[in-house]
Amino acid sequence: MNRTLNTLQLGIERGWMEFKLVLKDPQSIVWIVIMFGIFLTVLWFQRGTEINGISLALLTLPSLLGMQIASSGFNDVASVLAADREDGTLFRAKATPRGMSAYFIARIVVILLTSIVYLTIILIPSLLIVPGLSETISVGDFFTLAWLLMLGLLATAPFGAIIGSIVKSSGAGWGLTLLPLIVLTAISGIFYPITALAGWVQAIAQVFPVYWLGLGVRSAFNPEVAAAFELTGSWRTAETVLVLLAWAIVGLLIVPKVLRKMARHTSGSEMQAARERMIQRGY
Amino acid sequence: MPKDDIVVEVKNLQMRYGNNTVLDGVDFAIKKGEILVLLGPNGAGKTTTIEVLEGFRGRSGGKVKVLGVDPDVGDEEWRSRIGVVLQSWRDHSKWEVRALLNHLGKYYVAYSTAQRKRPFDADELLDKVGLTAHAGKKIGQLSGGQRRRLDVAIGLVGNPELLFLDEPTVGFDPKARREFHDIIHKLSDLEDTTILLTTHDLDEAEKLSDRIIILAGGKIVANGSADALAREVAGKTEVIWIQNGKRHVHSTADAAGYTRKLLTQYESGISNLEIHPASLEDTYMAVVQKHEEPTTPKEEK
Repeated sequence: MNRTLNTLQLGIERGWMEFKLVLKDPQSIVWIVIMFGIFLTVLWFQRGTEINGISLALLTLPSLLGMQIASSGFNDVASVLAADREDGTLFRAKATPRGMSAYFIARIVVILLTSIVYLTIILIPSLLIVPGLSETISVGDFFTLAWLLMLGLLATAPFGAIIGSIVKSSGAGWGLTLLPLIVLTAISGIFYPITALAGWVQAIAQVFPVYWLGLGVRSAFNPEVAAAFELTGSWRTAETVLVLLAWAIVGLLIVPKVLRKMARHTSGSEMQAARERMIQRGY
Repeated sequence: MPKDDIVVEVKNLQMRYGNNTVLDGVDFAIKKGEILVLLGPNGAGKTTTIEVLEGFRGRSGGKVKVLGVDPDVGDEEWRSRIGVVLQSWRDHSKWEVRALLNHLGKYYVAYSTAQRKRPFDADELLDKVGLTAHAGKKIGQLSGGQRRRLDVAIGLVGNPELLFLDEPTVGFDPKARREFHDIIHKLSDLEDTTILLTTHDLDEAEKLSDRIIILAGGKIVANGSADALAREVAGKTEVIWIQNGKRHVHSTADAAGYTRKLLTQYESGISNLEIHPASLEDTYMAVVQKHEEPTTPKEEK
């Protein structure tokens, strides 16, 4: 059997099993229900408000989807990697032949599958809640969402992996990624129009992927006239691709080095130290 | 002995962190099929030694060969021939026991040979370590002892030629410990697996080992079978008996001679005769104490 192909197969199997565990895990289900409950509540209250004949909920929904892509890539990758380092999952992979390669393949599989599930969980009820969505939605919109998902994960997941590789605990992995995401969400026109913010804030927002992911998904699910609400009055698709691609390239250039260093330092005594830190913290 | 009979070869192994010397010129070899037990106080360098051999830690100096390969450059093929059981795993807590063992076994399929079938069947292995009843349980729900037995099963799943066990029976109750010892004996007899294990349990070391190495202060201070070590260091045997209701204890180097004399001298009246050779514990204490005292100022870790 070709070993590379076999490794890929093992990674996919591992990813699939982990994915099933995520869906069965009460903790992650509670998290999903709360998060997406909040999103859908926001959309519910916004559905009656109209701006130039377009429901506010229809403007917010794609922004939420864009933010969710960034969150899957950045936050989920960071916290899972930090947790797996802390509890020895990663070390177990290291002690298994080709275990590390399969582990990282599994990460890609899990992040792809869970983000598809999350997007679906937001989208399906939205078809009922959000006025105008079911009339305008087309196959092409999903094509746009698909490439944005791929490019968005490529742009954000490497940085999630970098944070997850350097933090000392799973809690830190979660906190250190959540804070930047909240700040970027606040300034990137997800819940509040970016055009209403100060120029320098707009400038900062446009450096990071969250804004472009929101904009990109809006270009898919919003009517053409809504482009007038955007910063330059257009969807700026080419810029979206370029910015996300730039983040992806930088991330993919750095991440192998960081992961290799992290893997080298993964050892039993490292794990023991993490365990002792955890006992001291008391959780 | 023939070259391919040596599974582990360590020459002048050095390990330093800054000014702190953890290992200072450690030399030893492990023969194929041998069970070698590494003893020593905390901070003596046991775990460091094992991690160097496992390829998880670079060394500061010396020559190390494990299965003929320097662990620093050991590839996945090499990795597939080695089993690792660590002090404290708590990974994969949401996975089911059988599912994880099954999954991890699959990594070894590609390395199966005619001489050595890989991996072991997951269910057989679970049976061997007494976890069949818990095969469908989530790993996070296992007790400490059950968890350790699963760790041992995972270390074994690839049918390793060399198995490392770092304090494998910590937290075991006496029954689990006995069962674990049976597994280790079976393995080394039937599968021709070479085993290196560390422990703080001297009784365990005595029961399991073909040979014992005692590390103290980063050096090997004793190397031999449990019997040989006991003879070499302590030397004296205690003879205990009851005579006319009174208990007597006599310490001697020649227990057989003394006992013979005792029994010929008194035709009757002697009962409850016991002969206690020096124990491994006596040896351990003597050796470790001797090597800990001269180290000024006392170093941590």
